[in-house]
Amino acid sequence: MIGGRAPTAGHTYSVPELQAMAKELRRDIIQTIYTAGSGHPGGSLSELEILISLYFRVMRYDPENPGWADRDRFILSKGHASPGFYAVLSRAGYFPREELATYRQLNSRIQGHAHPMTPGVEMNSGSLGMGLSFALGCALAARLDGKDYMVYALLGDGECDEGEIWEAAMSAAHHKATNLVAIVDRNRIQNDRFTDDVMTLDPLDRKWRDFGWRVFETDGHDLPALLDTFEKTQRRRTRPTVIIAHTVKGKGVSFMENNPGFHGRAPNADEYQKALEELA
Amino acid sequence: MVAQRKMASTRQTYGETLLDMADSFPDIVVLGGDLNVSVFTHLWRDKYPERFFDFGPAEQNLVGVGAGLAANGKIPFVSTFSVFGVGRPFDQLRVLVSQGNLNMKLVCTHAGILTGEDGMSAHGIEDLSLICSLPAFTVVSPADSVETVQAIKTAASTEGPFYIRLSRAATPVVHEEDYRFQLGKAEVMREGSDVTIFATGVMVSVSLDAADMLAAQGVEARVVNIHTLKPVDEEAIVAGARETGAVVSAEEHYFHGGLGSIVAQVVGQNQPVPVEMVALQGYSESARAEELMVKCGLTPEKVKDAALKAVARKK
Ligand SMILES: Cc1ncc(C[n+]2csc(CCOP(=O)(O)OP(=O)(O)O)c2C)c(N)n1
Ligand SMILES: [Mg+2]
Repeated sequence: MIGGRAPTAGHTYSVPELQAMAKELRRDIIQTIYTAGSGHPGGSLSELEILISLYFRVMRYDPENPGWADRDRFILSKGHASPGFYAVLSRAGYFPREELATYRQLNSRIQGHAHPMTPGVEMNSGSLGMGLSFALGCALAARLDGKDYMVYALLGDGECDEGEIWEAAMSAAHHKATNLVAIVDRNRIQNDRFTDDVMTLDPLDRKWRDFGWRVFETDGHDLPALLDTFEKTQRRRTRPTVIIAHTVKGKGVSFMENNPGFHGRAPNADEYQKALEELA
Repeated sequence: MVAQRKMASTRQTYGETLLDMADSFPDIVVLGGDLNVSVFTHLWRDKYPERFFDFGPAEQNLVGVGAGLAANGKIPFVSTFSVFGVGRPFDQLRVLVSQGNLNMKLVCTHAGILTGEDGMSAHGIEDLSLICSLPAFTVVSPADSVETVQAIKTAASTEGPFYIRLSRAATPVVHEEDYRFQLGKAEVMREGSDVTIFATGVMVSVSLDAADMLAAQGVEARVVNIHTLKPVDEEAIVAGARETGAVVSAEEHYFHGGLGSIVAQVVGQNQPVPVEMVALQGYSESARAEELMVKCGLTPEKVKDAALKAVARKK
């Protein structure tokens, strides 16, 4: 596939390399949130392999020129999961890794929720439900400009409770946004509790299909499966495409996994040590 | 005593002005929410279908897509009624457009009670309050159709988020064709030394009539058209307060958070003098626009009374 320019230019990351990278970036996420004393670990850990696939195998972009007109666009709609996004952006070359330590600090470019003041971030976020609409705007702009870039939008499953998501879904199909790919991080947990307890979302595949989308499902941590799914999205694009990525919230840290308590709180000192040991 | 003025529809002017700009602004795209005939963007839709997108009555998505287009170099003109375009997607306007500082133009028609028969849910009497609270927005409320043309063209050529407030009903034309609109620069429409009336939108015409009535009573009122509510021309407001010693605000909007609040804030901070406000006091009802203007007290008589009261309060 297309492959990012720098730093992936001239190098195709192998699956073992990407897996090793995932482990390192999980440590970055934990460290970023621990250093700040607040943040959202659960959704950052669940989205990581999706982002790694996009930024190190799928997307075309240039960190030296974040506004490059032909870049593929990535929209983080679930903007609270910014630590995972920042870990990936920094590894992709958009800003130095040391800057992760400034997350949520005064005078930092690395905001609590992703904002375009950070190189590589397209959209301001923090209020759920907006990213798919914004992504559709990007996709329509590509058509108007005769460009062939792709637009990827990452949504949370709790976020899919928002009505705007379905307004956007309906209109993306109507306007035939074939260059739009949404990914739902289906970790089955939202802010308070499990999605099944808060708001029934299933059958999620049928909802998207009925709104006119092509639907793929995959394990959202299995890199070969993810890469294969992204590959499939490029074939026969006649409709917008959604990937329902089945993930584990808090993936990689045993006591955070599948634990609603770690949606939006930082680990304490003991938990931090334990998490790093597990990710060593 | 009420001057006879030509009437013109600012929303029709909007639709026609968009067509005028199609060639000179190739990046303009128009987005609608199933009210395109009412806001006159159907003219554009039918002529430039590839530069037009309808989203149905789904305004959160409408604004969200507009933001995405703006972030990619387009100049989206997003239009619907003011109640639907400001109220429903306020959060999208705040987070995406204002905090993202995007070049999106929100042009809403059917503001205020001039919307008439459709009743209170359709009367956008809070739009200025809401939109003026968003830091990045420039807010323009044209006095008539001549000013509307230039406000729309200025919005297209000026980077950043804009809100332009238009009416359903045709409104009196108070400008000659050679009028030159200057963004952020209030227009003194009539000189006077006893009191200054700051008016916006349709209330400019009403206030000019009030000034005629006042003159007949020997009171010389200055009438200032505050077409740009944000950033407001503070100098013009301070000058009115200093040079005439009493001021009145006149707007077809709820008294909270609109022109009256802005004038009171500027006067209070810089040049405290008596301030009287002519504005809507609450929700209205279904009726013809002219009837509502009378029932709600948005008449030359009421503006005149407010001016006399302000003058009487001078120390
Ligand atoms: C409009 C809006 N309402 C409420 C919130 C508060 N909130 C932050 S995260 C969240 C839950 C999100 O759950 P999900 O989309 O499943 O995210 P993930 O599990 O991937 O972290 C909520 C309700 C918000 N950010 N925006
Ligand atoms: Mg979730």
